[in-house]
Amino acid sequence: MLSIKNLHVAINGKEIIKGLSLEVNQGEVHAIMGPNGTGKSTLAAVIAGREDIFEVTEGEIIYKHKNLLDLSIEDRAREGIFLGFQYPVEIPGVSITNFMRTAINEIRQYKGLDQLSGAEFLKKMDDAKKLVGIQSKLTNRSVNEGFSGGEKKKNEIFQMALLQPELAILDETDSGLDIDALKIVAKGVNSLRSPENAIVVITHYQRLLDYIVPDFVHVLYEGKIVKSGGKELALELEAKGYDWLKSEV
Amino acid sequence: MKVTTKKVSLKDKMIRLFTENQALVFQHDTPEISDRRRIAFEEFKLAGFPDTRVENWRNTDLTKVLEADYNYYFQPTFSEGTDLKKIFRCDIPHLHTDMISQLNGWFVSENGSIKTNPDGVIIGSLSAASERFPELINRHLGKYADNKKSGFVALNNAFATDGVFIYVPDNVQVKVPLQMVNIINHDKDIFIQNHNLVIVGKNSELRLVQCDDSVNQQRSLINTVTEIFIDENASLDHYKLQNKNDASTLINNMFFHLERDAKLSTNAITLNGGLIRNENYVRLNGENCEANIMGVYLVDKKQHVDNQVFVDHAFPNCYSNEMFKGIVDDSARAVFNGHILVRKDAQKTNAFQRNKNILLTDKATVNSKPFLEIYADDVKCSHGATVGQLDQTAMFYLRSRGIGIENARMLLLYAFAAEIINHIKIEQLKTRIDDMIKKRLRGELSICEQCVLHCSTMEKPVEFEIDMDKI
Ligand SMILES: Nc1ncnc2c1ncn2[C@@H]1O[C@H](COP(=O)(O)OP(=O)(O)OP(=O)(O)O)[C@@H](O)[C@H]1O
Ligand SMILES: [Mg+2]
Repeated sequence: MLSIKNLHVAINGKEIIKGLSLEVNQGEVHAIMGPNGTGKSTLAAVIAGREDIFEVTEGEIIYKHKNLLDLSIEDRAREGIFLGFQYPVEIPGVSITNFMRTAINEIRQYKGLDQLSGAEFLKKMDDAKKLVGIQSKLTNRSVNEGFSGGEKKKNEIFQMALLQPELAILDETDSGLDIDALKIVAKGVNSLRSPENAIVVITHYQRLLDYIVPDFVHVLYEGKIVKSGGKELALELEAKGYDWLKSEV
Repeated sequence: MKVTTKKVSLKDKMIRLFTENQALVFQHDTPEISDRRRIAFEEFKLAGFPDTRVENWRNTDLTKVLEADYNYYFQPTFSEGTDLKKIFRCDIPHLHTDMISQLNGWFVSENGSIKTNPDGVIIGSLSAASERFPELINRHLGKYADNKKSGFVALNNAFATDGVFIYVPDNVQVKVPLQMVNIINHDKDIFIQNHNLVIVGKNSELRLVQCDDSVNQQRSLINTVTEIFIDENASLDHYKLQNKNDASTLINNMFFHLERDAKLSTNAITLNGGLIRNENYVRLNGENCEANIMGVYLVDKKQHVDNQVFVDHAFPNCYSNEMFKGIVDDSARAVFNGHILVRKDAQKTNAFQRNKNILLTDKATVNSKPFLEIYADDVKCSHGATVGQLDQTAMFYLRSRGIGIENARMLLLYAFAAEIINHIKIEQLKTRIDDMIKKRLRGELSICEQCVLHCSTMEKPVEFEIDMDKI
């Protein structure tokens, strides 16, 4: 479904991702771990299409047999890619309701589907709210404005539940969550799991992987994936840290 | 042989016109008003039209505007009984207002030049009011519009003979909003000066919507003065809607005078206009006054909008809040000058000021300048000005959910403007302005044959719904 080959990405001429390759197939859950500042969020943003600050200098990304790098940000989303932001953006004056309704209808238009009626949309909102356990109090507010760290993360999962992506990339969605919220987020993610969909979670904590059990764990280190393995790799990292990997680079 | 004559300046032309047309200018005056005219005329002769050497005009250059050869009229340019409905019609859905019309600055009467409503409110032409209510006119007219403010104010005080007169007696809550519409429709370049006077009596409440529109593409220069007196404990909710053609220049001088416990909310919404200069003078002339002075402007092409606010805190315990926001596209230019004066005795003053701008291109410019002049020591004042681009991180966030670039821009720009629009307290008006702003942002709004409030097609709500409750 997603095939990244020899990807190089630079910011202001400085190379951040240095020849990264990754294969993600339908039905799989991948976890990406790695020290701070090694390029995990950069990778996620590049997949979502952020090109004003990140420059792909080499390599290719194929998604559902399409050259992903040719697609605009919005078309990638319309093709089923969802990025859960590490730092969700505050947008004063734009209500979540209006935001999501606009998004859903644009995606439907792209797919040649009819616009959702108000009632249908409200029903979807209700379902997603129940799944994520957030209240109308929150969804009636401006997008992320004045939200707590945890509320912002829940709001990302709420949006994911509404948009039903085929490939979800969740960048540290577990950071800053209390244990109950973590379970809710995991429930949201697991409800998306299906033989057709794929999920990539970026995390620093093995804890999350108790709830979202990955098929593969990768270590991103200095712009490359230096080690891949099964879920036991996460436990090994938790125990040993990253230093021992230096020898493998 | 070819004879070249030096072109007469507009200033000289106005001086000559005044002298030649005294009979018409003075015809409705009380002796007091005639005296005020003469003084104003002398002030104008001294000051002339402002140029960019004057500090407050540094960023608004009128050279080109003043070079044009305008026609000036001392009498209405249309015949009695003109059917205004043929030129223009109001169709804000469900908005019920008491409409007061001016055509080219002249009061248009449907049934007499002055009337008294059942609630005691008097509405009429300024010239008729001068004859019928000389004491009221003597007491207020020209008392707030200070000749020293600019040559335009002095010129208007000297020349203007007509405009709208509104009097709300004490203790009346005017139920239906009053809507003043000034339509410009003339087949030659025209210079117009009208003068409005609004008096809101003690403990009374008034909602007033002022619309400035052009109905054709002809060049015009309008120098208008509106004096508004808000007596003790009275309140005024005021809106100024500006949707004029690109060849028009509007110099809009507003003078608000508040007595103790009075409340003012004024909101200037500029959707289009060649050159618009709004001068707002707010005098807080008693304790416990409250003034909210707001504005939102959307300009593009080569348009120029200039908002000047002067708030005069003359008494203790008053509150004023200025908030102006603008979206500036193409090579348009926006100017904001906010001057807060807190006089020595105005202790416990709260005075705030904000001006925020989004520039959509490299060629768009904003000049924003706060000026706080504080002589009291126990005051809370703040000011802030921002000029920025559309937030790229926010754009990425919206687009990453599947929203196309156009709608993402719209959402962000609309949200930016909505902070001001949300303060519109007349619900139908708010809905309409909301709609106009969206159209304007999409580039669909033109000042076509009708005014800001009279575009007949409401947009389809599907694509862009703001209010949760409307779903
Ligand atoms: N907008 C930017 N401008 C300049 N440098 C940036 C920018 N974004 C990221 N970087 C740099 O790129 C490198 C990789 O950052 P990235 O956010 O991808 O790391 P990360 O692996 O997600 O780290 P963390 O675990 O702390 O989230 C870092 O050195 C960071 O400082
Ligand atoms: Mg990161």
